[in-house]
Amino acid sequence: MLENAWLIPLVPAISFFLILFFGKRMPKKGAEIGILAVGASCAMAVACALDWIGQTDPHEIHRHATWFEIGGVDIGVGILVDGLTVMMLVVVTFISLMVHVYSTGYMHQDRRYTYFFAALSLFTASMLTLVVADNTLQLMIGWELVGLCSFMLIGHWWEEGANSDAAIKAFITTRTGAVGLMLGIITLFFAASTNFDIQNLNRLALTEGISHNVLLAGATLLFLGVMGKSAQFPLHVWLPDAMAGPTPVSALIHAATMVVAGVYLVARLYGVFWSAFSIEVGGINLIALIGGITVIIAALLAFVQDDVKKVLAYSTVSQLGYMIMALGVGAWTAAVFHLFTHAFFKANLFLGSGSLIHAVHSNNMSDMGGMRKYMPTTFWTFMVGSVALAGIPPLAGFWSKDEILNGALEGHFGLFLVVGLVGAFMTACYMTRACYKIFWGEFNGHHPPHESPRSMTTPLVILGVLSVFVGLLNAPGIELFNEWVHFDVEGAPEFLHHHEFNPGLAAGSAVVALLGIAAAAAYYLRGAFRGLTEKVGFLRTGYKVLVNKYYLDALFIDGIIRNIQYPIAKAAYWINQNVIDGIVNAAGIGARSAARLTYDYIDQKVVDGIVNGAGMTAEGGGAALRKTQSGRVQQYAAYLFGASALLALALVFLT
Amino acid sequence: MYLNQFLFLAAILFCFGVYGVLARKNGVLVLMSIELMLNAVNINLIAFGAFRDNVVGQVFALFVIAIAAAEVGVGLAIVLVIFRNKASIDLDKVDLMKG
Amino acid sequence: MLVQNVVFGILSVVMIVAAFRLVTTKNVVRAALFLAIVLAGVAAQFLLLASEFVAVVQVLVYIGAIVVLLLFGVMLTRAPIGREADVDNEQRWLGALVALFLLGALGAVLSDAWGKQKIEFEGTVRRVGDVSDSIFGPYLIPFEVTSILLLAALVGAVAIARRD
Repeated sequence: MLENAWLIPLVPAISFFLILFFGKRMPKKGAEIGILAVGASCAMAVACALDWIGQTDPHEIHRHATWFEIGGVDIGVGILVDGLTVMMLVVVTFISLMVHVYSTGYMHQDRRYTYFFAALSLFTASMLTLVVADNTLQLMIGWELVGLCSFMLIGHWWEEGANSDAAIKAFITTRTGAVGLMLGIITLFFAASTNFDIQNLNRLALTEGISHNVLLAGATLLFLGVMGKSAQFPLHVWLPDAMAGPTPVSALIHAATMVVAGVYLVARLYGVFWSAFSIEVGGINLIALIGGITVIIAALLAFVQDDVKKVLAYSTVSQLGYMIMALGVGAWTAAVFHLFTHAFFKANLFLGSGSLIHAVHSNNMSDMGGMRKYMPTTFWTFMVGSVALAGIPPLAGFWSKDEILNGALEGHFGLFLVVGLVGAFMTACYMTRACYKIFWGEFNGHHPPHESPRSMTTPLVILGVLSVFVGLLNAPGIELFNEWVHFDVEGAPEFLHHHEFNPGLAAGSAVVALLGIAAAAAYYLRGAFRGLTEKVGFLRTGYKVLVNKYYLDALFIDGIIRNIQYPIAKAAYWINQNVIDGIVNAAGIGARSAARLTYDYIDQKVVDGIVNGAGMTAEGGGAALRKTQSGRVQQYAAYLFGASALLALALVFLT
Repeated sequence: MYLNQFLFLAAILFCFGVYGVLARKNGVLVLMSIELMLNAVNINLIAFGAFRDNVVGQVFALFVIAIAAAEVGVGLAIVLVIFRNKASIDLDKVDLMKG
Repeated sequence: MLVQNVVFGILSVVMIVAAFRLVTTKNVVRAALFLAIVLAGVAAQFLLLASEFVAVVQVLVYIGAIVVLLLFGVMLTRAPIGREADVDNEQRWLGALVALFLLGALGAVLSDAWGKQKIEFEGTVRRVGDVSDSIFGPYLIPFEVTSILLLAALVGAVAIARRD
């Protein structure tokens, strides 16, 4: 199966076209095609995983098909299958399958049901193409395609202006990052002597085949793309607004799969990043710094949200920050493992929130409350997901987050260890707040909600169960994940492969998470810390800053965009009115004055002059000659005699 | 006698006649000048006739005289009509064909 | 020979002077009389050239009829008997020029052609009989045509001058 992994992206791509052309006519309106296709891909992905695990001699599979060759440069498609690829394949197809099933319930009788499923299929196909890519060009194609699908799906209900605005904001922000990605790919293409191949690039980077400055430039540019796609500070602004899309979309794209494309990129090209940012040396590097900042600021923002999806969105941003930070401190496997576990419980949380929204017809937590009585399944799965996210052992999030902290500690990245612990505290705290507001207290809505249909609760249950157990894959003593997924390129340090389990740190992180839960519980159940934001000035300002999202939106739109857009628009308008219209008017005026000149001088003076001149010559000649006609015979006689005398002389003397 | 002396005399008379035709305003005077010219021609004819010892000169001189008479008659009739219409025989005033 | 030349000379001078006076006088009646003198001189020249018949006819017709006719014309057109203010028109000088030019041309031609030719009279004297033989012989048709012409002139003059 590994050799034929290219089938996995192909099947959803075919289903996209099939749903587009035939979906409306099918009994289930195209959903069955989508589910079948993704189910098939999932099965194939699991088969790949089994093949990979069962390998006696683990090695990556690399197959490449050249589309065309130009000037010595090979442009083609290919698959690069190793542990990371297999993991991503399983995650993407499985979550996509859960979301497909969920959508049959959530999007029931939606205005564009078939189109939604077509877009989901296209997204799955694009993400899978990105994941199996063996060269940076194919990776970029997949990258841009998932960006497009994200745009399409966020703006699914584009009739409301806010939704299409959010879609555009997402697209433009990730585009800004994509510029960096493109430039980075080009830089590294030239640095690797005009070659797009990924493993080749990693090899060259690790064995010092590329000069350090070029590598640094390329890696920084690539990281710009990562910042855009994986919502790192300061390009994170699009992710909360992207919650305007339907909840299944948020679950699939903005929690589990698309946003992790950036993390995947760093993980895949880790040789480049490792060498460029000198991660081995320790200290502060760009990746870890951005990741750390993102963790903290996103977690802070999650505290002031009323919309449950926005809480989850900021939580996603914060967790992505964790993954990037992990990659920045050299904990490669930890980052990838966190990606793996996060996909499950975040998708679970999002689908759960979808179930809640579907029940009360509102996103806001203030319209919920006391939901645990009305929607038990949703309640239990949501709680499981929250606990997993908070990082309480033995659920999934604990193991992956702990590995990240371990990595920071072992690499002597003290600052980031602190950041990680603070982040863990805050994660537990805001999730408890959210859970309390939704499920405890009195119901604030109009009529009592009821539990969601089977199609929606089944994926919730499945994901909930998995959130409990999937973390154990890398628990100390088992550590199967480490074995299956590791960064294996010639020249990669042994360091990347293995971390020792530190029980002290594990206990410490669990305690920190419990403290977070306790703090939030105290606030809500006992009224501790109440009124602090009103009383303390510093906290009041901090609250205002948080509510305004650090004024980043104002900075981006009013500060940067307006200052660039308006002058350009004004200049363009000026050019249009004065230069272009000037040219056109000048042409018109020129033609008119040429015509006038022609009329005045050539027509009136020259042509008419000639004509009049001919007439006047005739008249003058006539006037002159008229004098000979005097009417007096004697005058005629005079001429007669004179002329005849002359003639006679001539006749006589000349002959 | 030289032939030329008669011919010269005739030429002189003829030229006087030409001057008279061209320069005189009075119609009758013009007619008189015409007669002068005709007589000059007659002298020529007779002179040549004598030179050639031929009678033809005289014959044609006779014819010229006859024709001159006729011409004077008609000419005077025309002058009379002019005088009747214009109350003067100033030939400068006869310029209806001026153009 | 000499007598003829002298006579010729005197006659020529008289004729030329009379002709000159004819074309320059301001008195119309005097002009007619000068014409008569010229005509008489012409008749005398004819006699010199042994053409008696033509000389006589000249006197009869020209002086006798034509001059009288001209005088009648003068009378009928109320020309003043005496000096008239102006009888020459403004192209006198052009006319004089043309006449002089013509004279020069004629003179050149004549001297070139018959420079030294002489008129010789040998024995035979032309008589009137020879003239009439010629008229009614070879030149009968011109004679008849001339008579018709005279008729036409007569009728024409009456027709033109008739008062209606």
